[in-house]
Amino acid sequence: MRSLIIKMSHNDLSEKMYREHILELYKNPSNFGEIKNPTHKHTETNSLCGDEITVQMIIKNGKVSDVKFNGSGCVISMVSSSLLTDKIKGMKIEDIKKLTKKDMLKLLNIKINPARLKCALLSLDAVKKTLSPLKQNQGNVTRSKIKGGLN
Amino acid sequence: MINNQIAKKLKKDFPIFKNNKDLVYLDNASTTQKPKQVINAIKEFYENSNANIHRGIYKISQKATEKYENSKKIIAKFINSSPEEIIFTRNATEGINLLSYTLSSILPKGKDEIVLTEMEHHSNLIPWQQLAKREKMKLKFIKVNPDFTLDMKDAKKKITNKTAILSVAHASNTLGTINPIQELIKIAKKKNTLTIVDAAQSIPHIKVDVKKLDCDFLVFSGHKILGPTGIGVLYGKKHLLEKLKPFNFGGDMIKSVSFENAVWNDSPEKFEAGTQNIIGAIGLGEAIKYIEKIKIKNIEKWEKELMKYAIKKIKKIKGVKIYNSEKNSTGILSFNLKNIHPHDIASLLDDYEIAIRAGHHCTMPLMKKLGISGTARASFYFYNTFEDIDKFIKALNKINEKFNN
Repeated sequence: MRSLIIKMSHNDLSEKMYREHILELYKNPSNFGEIKNPTHKHTETNSLCGDEITVQMIIKNGKVSDVKFNGSGCVISMVSSSLLTDKIKGMKIEDIKKLTKKDMLKLLNIKINPARLKCALLSLDAVKKTLSPLKQNQGNVTRSKIKGGLN
Repeated sequence: MINNQIAKKLKKDFPIFKNNKDLVYLDNASTTQKPKQVINAIKEFYENSNANIHRGIYKISQKATEKYENSKKIIAKFINSSPEEIIFTRNATEGINLLSYTLSSILPKGKDEIVLTEMEHHSNLIPWQQLAKREKMKLKFIKVNPDFTLDMKDAKKKITNKTAILSVAHASNTLGTINPIQELIKIAKKKNTLTIVDAAQSIPHIKVDVKKLDCDFLVFSGHKILGPTGIGVLYGKKHLLEKLKPFNFGGDMIKSVSFENAVWNDSPEKFEAGTQNIIGAIGLGEAIKYIEKIKIKNIEKWEKELMKYAIKKIKKIKGVKIYNSEKNSTGILSFNLKNIHPHDIASLLDDYEIAIRAGHHCTMPLMKKLGISGTARASFYFYNTFEDIDKFIKALNKINEKFNN
């Protein structure tokens, strides 16, 4: 047998990207599923990575009273969807619209490798598009694609 | 011959591994590392004989011209052509673009179809989509079999009397499949079809002989075969290059110019407008010299051994799916692990200093056909060793445990 001596060195940046609680959240995300009669619904895809997130909401009196998401994607996009949907539950629409890239990264609280930034921001994009005025009180499926990601 | 011992020795020619001691580089299909011989040749030229080529009357310009032209001789010999059939481009992509813009004047009359395969890189697809739109031509795609080889029965159906152009990857950048290019060209020749070979993924790994293939044109990139980035080659049969119109216009590609008109230079100069990537050409020449020294046959054999070793080991990982024919393939191993996104695999492997590629590999239509969004892809070269593969497999097992436990 070939002798095998492996020194596993770790890159701090990426190491922090996949901390234990992040993987746990990936396996058991919050708000994953479907709402029966959403007032708002939108599917956002990143065709370059194949990630797809559908966000469903019930909006009452200018606030998100319920929100769920489903779809498939990498750890970073799934975990960010889970954290973001937790955050916006009960929030005013106007406040959600003001959320920025910086807020999203703060919410994730892990170092995101520049190559993976698109994955981290997919859910924010999906949530904002769900709120777009065109979709109010329709509950229809709307889809859009974002450019970028890894190739 | 190359074995594990020799591969380890050859690795020492590559300074990147001295400067990144733990690096396991398995992204060679994307770009290869550069040996010190190539790096030194570039340094030597800039320090001793840097000058523009062709026009200088002075000594160092003549020396620069000689070195540039000598690179063409080295490359021509390597692919069994002659130097006047070698045109320097930026890369394989530019070679195909040049053809897609200039072929119109020599396209066989009454034919309006372009035949490609389902496994083409975007660079051998999009230029033809654009040509088809401009000239109202039709695109056809030879199918890929479930075992990731090319469907030759379908090839015989798709290549018809209407086929004007056949442009095919010699080897797939996603699947590693080596296509029976000689057979395809034979079929096409019977139909009086122009034949183009995208050799970007084959020329670093297997013998490419343009006379034996009998292709009309062939393109490749220098950086995938130990050369610098920004230099590539377009080979064309001499009588065809003579008929083609120039692609770029400007200095050096003309014989004479008046205020109203210009007379083109002979081929290949008429395709090389403006100051060329002289250093790229010299670097690529040196890279080919290095390859000739260790012999392409030996590279092919060693890569096959590495692949056999890697496939045997990766198959033992629970939930792995391999996208490789395990028949005639270069050192490209595309795979997926159950419940793990390819980008996560690549990010996590990076924690172990292992560099692989993940995504659609610029073959989005092929991914769609396979019903996946992407793969993780490890690709080997002759300086890779069994130990590299052991580290890769050990890390994959750890990642798999993390996700699937």
